[in-house]
Amino acid sequence: MRGTWLAAVFFCAAAAVAGSASFAAYPPRTLTVLAAASLKEAFTRIATAFETAHPGVKVNLVFAGTQELRIQIEHGARADLIAAADGKHTAALEAAGLVERPWIFALNTPVLIVPVGNKAGLRGLEDLPRAERLVVGVPEVPIGSYTLQILDRATTAYGAKYRQQVDKNVVSRELNVRQIVAKVALGEADAAFAYATDARAFAGKVTVLPIPDRLNVVASYPAAILRQAPQPALARAWIEWLLSDAGRGVLIESGFRVPDLSAAGPAPRSPP
Amino acid sequence: MNRVRHAAGTALLGVSGALLVAFFAVTLLALATSAPPGALLRAMADPAVGAALRVSVLTSSASLTVVVLLGTPLGWWLGRRRDRSARWIEVALQLPEAVPPAVAGLGLLLAFGRQGLVGRWLGEVGVSLAFTPAAVIFAQVFVAAPFFVQAAVLAFRGIDEGLMGVARSLGAGPTKTFVRIVLPLGAPGLLTGLGLAWARALGEFGATLMFAGNLEGRTQTLPLAVYTALESDVHTAQALGLVLLLVASVILVGLRMLARLALPSAGTP
Repeated sequence: MRGTWLAAVFFCAAAAVAGSASFAAYPPRTLTVLAAASLKEAFTRIATAFETAHPGVKVNLVFAGTQELRIQIEHGARADLIAAADGKHTAALEAAGLVERPWIFALNTPVLIVPVGNKAGLRGLEDLPRAERLVVGVPEVPIGSYTLQILDRATTAYGAKYRQQVDKNVVSRELNVRQIVAKVALGEADAAFAYATDARAFAGKVTVLPIPDRLNVVASYPAAILRQAPQPALARAWIEWLLSDAGRGVLIESGFRVPDLSAAGPAPRSPP
Repeated sequence: MNRVRHAAGTALLGVSGALLVAFFAVTLLALATSAPPGALLRAMADPAVGAALRVSVLTSSASLTVVVLLGTPLGWWLGRRRDRSARWIEVALQLPEAVPPAVAGLGLLLAFGRQGLVGRWLGEVGVSLAFTPAAVIFAQVFVAAPFFVQAAVLAFRGIDEGLMGVARSLGAGPTKTFVRIVLPLGAPGLLTGLGLAWARALGEFGATLMFAGNLEGRTQTLPLAVYTALESDVHTAQALGLVLLLVASVILVGLRMLARLALPSAGTP
């Protein structure tokens, strides 16, 4: 009886020592990434690959609108990296000394989406006045401000009457792009502006009508390391992963375009 | 010994109650005081604030009219019935409270939207609800009605059947009995339910965003305006929140005073 007890105590002690030894070899580290909502599919896949490549590392992904992420960082959110859908907010964070220099890692193209079946019979941007119910983003969110830029260019091309009719057809100004796409997917809106990536995520429910390049804009996605990052080396590794062939492959599969790296400047410094 | 325990109990009650009151007070006070008053006043002058206030007051008044007109007879019926089926209906009527508002909005779209179960028939006669002020009212009725119906059931159930019998035996018809006896006796409970339902309707956000969308001056209620303002200017959001609190206070205090008037002999409600 006594022997059994001793054996059990010994076993537990051995397990504890072995456990702490393995902790010493791979101290568990968490990389916290704040990411724009439109990055959800791509980043979820990249996180799995990143964790496999970095044993002992856990990637904690937080998705929200870029503006919300900026507020979180301004209020001291404990995170390592922000990946935004809009350069404006990362530039403001950099100016405030909260993040390091941002890196453009992906590009997204606004598209016009209509419900599958396209009851309103739209063929392209020029038909937008025929969409009885148009859903757009509020101007403060990135997709809303891109929409305004596209409409301004379309107005120059198609005339002031075009704009009047389009503005009259707006039935809702949504706060994030997924809400916009959901309303088209449900067939409640006749048309909306969204990103190519969102259209891809809802393929089968929405049809994409391309916007002519001369009237379209490009959305750039910058990533920046927080100055207070608990894991700056891991954050750098994450950005390097985004800029690697593997990372770019996942981004392209999710519907993003990737920037020409030679134009983007040198990659961020490797961890010392 | 007993007295000591009694004192300790009273102290415990006081402390726990004070904690809850302080919790609410600090949160609401932070909203009112964390911004410079000048910035809040400037934000109040934003046309979006006035537009949202108008939409909120109009839609919530309409919603509560619907809730009272449809909910009072239902509450009466459920309050008088003793059988099991009525209890099941009563429980079922509480379920909307458990549904997350965004899901309620999705349900409304799937029912009354263009492709919806009922909505497609409405569409054929030219009625389109989604993205209209009517959709705001639908969303508010869905989330607010259960509060009122529940309060009405309890209020009516508490009324002494004997009193109604006396009224009837004195020659009052059913309508007169209801208006002269039942409604005044049930008034404090009904008005409390009305206050809860109204506050809930005013604060409604998720279902409205989903079913009615967010368009200034048309479907943008105060909570939607708050959320929209958070994208650009925290002070406007705060100002909108304070306007919302003010409207809710006026309604709740007003209903309290009405309840007091309804039952002058019973003292404080």
